Amino acid sequence: MTKSPTPMRREWLLLGIIVLLALAVGARAPVFLTWRNALDIGNDSAILAILVMGQMLVLLTRGVDLSVASNLALTGMLCALAAKAWPALPLPVLVLMACAIGAGLGFVNGFLIMRFQLPAIVVTLGTMSAYRGAIFVASGGAWVNDHQVHPAIKGLPRDTLFGLPMLIWCAAAVVVLALVLLRWRREGRELYALGGNPSAALYAGIPVSRRLVMAYTLCGALAGLAGLLWVGRYSIAFTELAAGYELTVIAACVIGGVSIGGGVGTVSGAVLGVLFIGVINGALPVIQVSPFWQQAIAGAVILVSVVLNARADRSRGRQILERPAAALQGASA
Amino acid sequence: MKALDTWERVLLALIVAVYVGFGTGIDGFLSPYAVADSTYNVSEKALIALAMALLVVAGEIDLSIAATMALASLAMGFAMKAGAPLPVMLAVAAATGAACGALNGWLVTRWKLPSIVVTIGTLSLYRGLAQVVLGDQAITGYPETLSTWGNGSVGDVIGVPWLIVPIEFAVLLVAALAVGLFLHRTVHGRRLYAIGANPVASRFSGIAVDRYRFGLFVFAGLMAALAAVLLTGRIGSTRPNLAMGWELDAVTIVILGGVAIEGGRGSIVGTVLAAVLLGSFTFALGMLNVSGIVMSMIVGALLIGAMVLPRGVRHLRTRFA
Repeated sequence: MTKSPTPMRREWLLLGIIVLLALAVGARAPVFLTWRNALDIGNDSAILAILVMGQMLVLLTRGVDLSVASNLALTGMLCALAAKAWPALPLPVLVLMACAIGAGLGFVNGFLIMRFQLPAIVVTLGTMSAYRGAIFVASGGAWVNDHQVHPAIKGLPRDTLFGLPMLIWCAAAVVVLALVLLRWRREGRELYALGGNPSAALYAGIPVSRRLVMAYTLCGALAGLAGLLWVGRYSIAFTELAAGYELTVIAACVIGGVSIGGGVGTVSGAVLGVLFIGVINGALPVIQVSPFWQQAIAGAVILVSVVLNARADRSRGRQILERPAAALQGASA
Repeated sequence: MKALDTWERVLLALIVAVYVGFGTGIDGFLSPYAVADSTYNVSEKALIALAMALLVVAGEIDLSIAATMALASLAMGFAMKAGAPLPVMLAVAAATGAACGALNGWLVTRWKLPSIVVTIGTLSLYRGLAQVVLGDQAITGYPETLSTWGNGSVGDVIGVPWLIVPIEFAVLLVAALAVGLFLHRTVHGRRLYAIGANPVASRFSGIAVDRYRFGLFVFAGLMAALAAVLLTGRIGSTRPNLAMGWELDAVTIVILGGVAIEGGRGSIVGTVLAAVLLGSFTFALGMLNVSGIVMSMIVGALLIGAMVLPRGVRHLRTRFA
């Protein structure tokens, strides 16, 4: 893995842009720079941050997981239904269950991609609609409404600890774990190696298939956790929950400098990408721009940041649709 | 490229199985009118799938194609509101589609970006613009001609009442023929395969790779505009969520049709057969009152199955050979 030319400068630049943006909005509407609003943005960004950490692991391996939003919604629905059916379930069991269901769904992605050497984008495109449909099958199309959502699930993101809501603590814990994994653990470093050059990684003795499945499983587990938190935060579960959110997740990764071509990306960059989206989405209503602009702005920001990335490392253009034979050559040999 | 390779035969057999299987199970499924009806929900999707097939063969992808449809339909609606006659409305739709495609193509070729990232970005951008402009409104009141194009049959137009082939399906057949001849019978088509198989080698052998890529994206935009005109005519209104998620259906049709996602392989015959298969299958499920979301679940599972099966069979063959 070669480091992108100026990894530090990039992140400071992004941080600078975020601060400038916040100050500019604050100058027009001072309410934007209050502690309360910062908490709101933190709360809104927490779930995105959890999802982005998972997506980042997958992007590092040159893959992509488009099924995260469906995974989130399916896990959230299953947990809500389980808690509705057995109100005695304690919270730790629910959290474990969410992670396990999510991990299982993620494992299916990873297994299909690894075992049959299929392109990640197509597999996860397929599971995206498959999981989404499974929500309808599981719930019979019915909504789990506010009063039916188990109080423990509703309380989880809202409880506060040392003045900060649990939602933010959860996101912080996930970010720290991702940092430890990607910086100090062998498994994490192997993800970079695998994304940087799959065949070299194989010859270097890295268990490529196992790492690939690990990345998707972890991504799924985090999506499951995010699903439980999402249902708790908005205290509702329905079939179309978080539909299309996978694009926001990928946008945050790309803005944060995680290369879609694999092998490049840092946790701090990804977190800044999340904050950027959080600040923009928080700012729009404050400066009275229609929320309909959100999606268009996200799209424009993705395009601008990939063009900037491309200028930073011109020679490193890689195709995600690269032939799997080359990407995983000899994985089965 | 033989017109009927093994995979195309499998698709044909599946289509026959769908018609025979559901035909015996559902009353009236095999009546000519039902068969004609079953082509409606797939004709527009197949049109964008044709363009998608060319892109995938050349190793690219366009996920913004459905969002482009929304913008093209929107532009047509605004042209109508400004009092433009039908030909101008169509020109505006085509220009919008071409512009969207050109932006994709420019970003991909000029900045050497992977098309998947670019088109995820433009998907969000185009769909977002449609939402910004329309909000929760809709444009209605399209001229009668458009509705005829969307809902009418060829027989109505040429005065032969028994010819109940829908106009949309006829348009699809003509487009498929043209695209098929282009891909399989011209040197440009051969070059697309070369580009998809190995872009670097193609460039070294003198193919203007970037020009072809750019052209394909513009073509995808034009096909999206055509599909948007037909769809708008059929449903009679423009909403910001027009054709939402159709990029997924188009990719599914292409993959199911035997086009390799990594580029360099695939045929138009397979793509059209896959479109017909998917169309008849979902139409049958619709007659059985299966809800749309379950259908999309089945389609997603089909997509994965279509990829796993050939590889699994190949795997078994090598093991027991």
